[in-house]
Amino acid sequence: MNKIWNPQIECMDREEIIKLQNERLRNVVKLEYDRVPLYRERMDKKGIKPEDIRTIDDLKYLPFTEKTDLRDTFPYGLFAADKKDIVRIQGSSGTTGKPIVSGYTQNDIDVWTEMMARTLTAGNADENSIVQVCYGYGLFTGGLGAHQGASKIGAMTIPMSSGNTQRQLMMMQEMGTTHLCCTPSYALYLGESIREMGIDRNSLKLRCGFFGAEPWSEEMRRQIEELLGVDALDIYGLTEIAGPGVSFECLEKNGMHVNEDHVIPEIIDPATEMPLPYGEKGELVFTTITKTGMPMLRYRTHDICRLHDEKCACGRTLVRMERLMGRTDDMLVIRGVNVFPSQIESVLVGVHGVAPHYMLIVDRQKATDSLEIQVEVTDEMFSDSIGGLDLIKKEIGEKIKSVVGIKAQITLVAPHTIPRSEGKAKRIIDKRKL
Amino acid sequence: MYRVKQLSVFLENRKGSLAAATQLLGASGLNLLALSIAETDNFGIARLIVSDTQDGLSRLRASGYTVRTTDVLVACVPDRPNGLTEILRILEKEDISVEYLYSFVRNSGFNALIIFRVSETERAMEVLKKNGIEMLTQEQVDAL
Repeated sequence: MNKIWNPQIECMDREEIIKLQNERLRNVVKLEYDRVPLYRERMDKKGIKPEDIRTIDDLKYLPFTEKTDLRDTFPYGLFAADKKDIVRIQGSSGTTGKPIVSGYTQNDIDVWTEMMARTLTAGNADENSIVQVCYGYGLFTGGLGAHQGASKIGAMTIPMSSGNTQRQLMMMQEMGTTHLCCTPSYALYLGESIREMGIDRNSLKLRCGFFGAEPWSEEMRRQIEELLGVDALDIYGLTEIAGPGVSFECLEKNGMHVNEDHVIPEIIDPATEMPLPYGEKGELVFTTITKTGMPMLRYRTHDICRLHDEKCACGRTLVRMERLMGRTDDMLVIRGVNVFPSQIESVLVGVHGVAPHYMLIVDRQKATDSLEIQVEVTDEMFSDSIGGLDLIKKEIGEKIKSVVGIKAQITLVAPHTIPRSEGKAKRIIDKRKL
Repeated sequence: MYRVKQLSVFLENRKGSLAAATQLLGASGLNLLALSIAETDNFGIARLIVSDTQDGLSRLRASGYTVRTTDVLVACVPDRPNGLTEILRILEKEDISVEYLYSFVRNSGFNALIIFRVSETERAMEVLKKNGIEMLTQEQVDAL
């Protein structure tokens, strides 16, 4: 049986959805133009007035929003609501040292909660379910996003947050967790731990998992389902748009349904920036149409995928997103955290004596991502003492942790051993096989 | 006057990296008088006394090594029980700490030649001299 949280919306005729989107798009464009100087300036520059945007076909006339815009206007520059109406801040690391944040009004929290309620219901979770959330709680949207959705559907919610695998497994066994929310790599790790500890898979009550915040594959799905005995569903989201639940898979496992009554997805050619039709591969772009705190016009995700508008066998008519096929930029997702090489670079240049030559080596062992940063030793940082070099390693490691939010292994290498390339330097070796 | 120059070379902790450095020195006709290695998980520091410090420094640097010179003391330690202990006690009494020490490949008569890297080179030199500990000058080391 396939449960649907909000069939009126999720199974709405395409024509009706588009009508709803047209109306909401007009509202948000007016709101942005009236309240956010960046959007007003960009629209003025293009000679566009809010009333020029009538339907979703007019989206192509609107300016894009980039992650750098969030950084440049940090913290409040893109807020469309008064600060007194903002009830929550969520955030993630930006492309360089500064974080990016998003402000939510109560309406925005409700919208996001609705999206996650639909997501969990698509995995047949309901008030009888026990939902264990092992996404991190905090600025990262994973934990609170899943938590709010689980509470909304009336499930028993276990806010475990991330880490402490022993305790996660103990709770899973003792409480009888039925639904699991975490990154796919952590799901795999939990599965392998269960096997290693000799826990009988059939003694668990797990039925379904919602795995997102990092790219994964059909092969990983097969492994997770085998190890945990669950239906493993893909979910997608990003802080700039809301958080997890922007789109979600149903048990058909045939693409992620985009919550189109709240966001409009587009696929564009990243080179020409022109919209592409359904079925074509390109960059995913979102416009939020119901958020009031920090709405986004044509936010470029830099994720590459395809969209499809055929009705799903589950009955939902919402447009479906295929699995992500890559990035248009050099962003890495490591243990669910977005990492840009430019962030790493900004840390390294700030450490005395460190050369701007570095190599990032990403690997995955026992379902856990690792990041190694190779740094060349220079005359300036080299003293005769081991302790001195260890201190530099420690300093780099701590700064990376505070700016990027993940632990990295720092390896000091001999000078001139990191290849110099002409033009764009190759700074990443990603050994992971997803 | 008893300061002796030592070369400190950064080496990655992998097969052949020490051999590459010593081969380079050997090919330049430089003799290794003393050598020690401090190592961690992924890197090490080779400390060397060579027959011509300046030449060794410039050759290593020209080949892309991270290298620097460090001042050390070379003391003659009587080759008998507690020979080293006496020197260490003298330094301890003066509150001078030893960062590391290692020994020369060859002996000088009945003495072992021990290389000391200490927290205060100048003061260590004075107190050792005052206590009658024999030390080698750079010229004496070069002549070995």
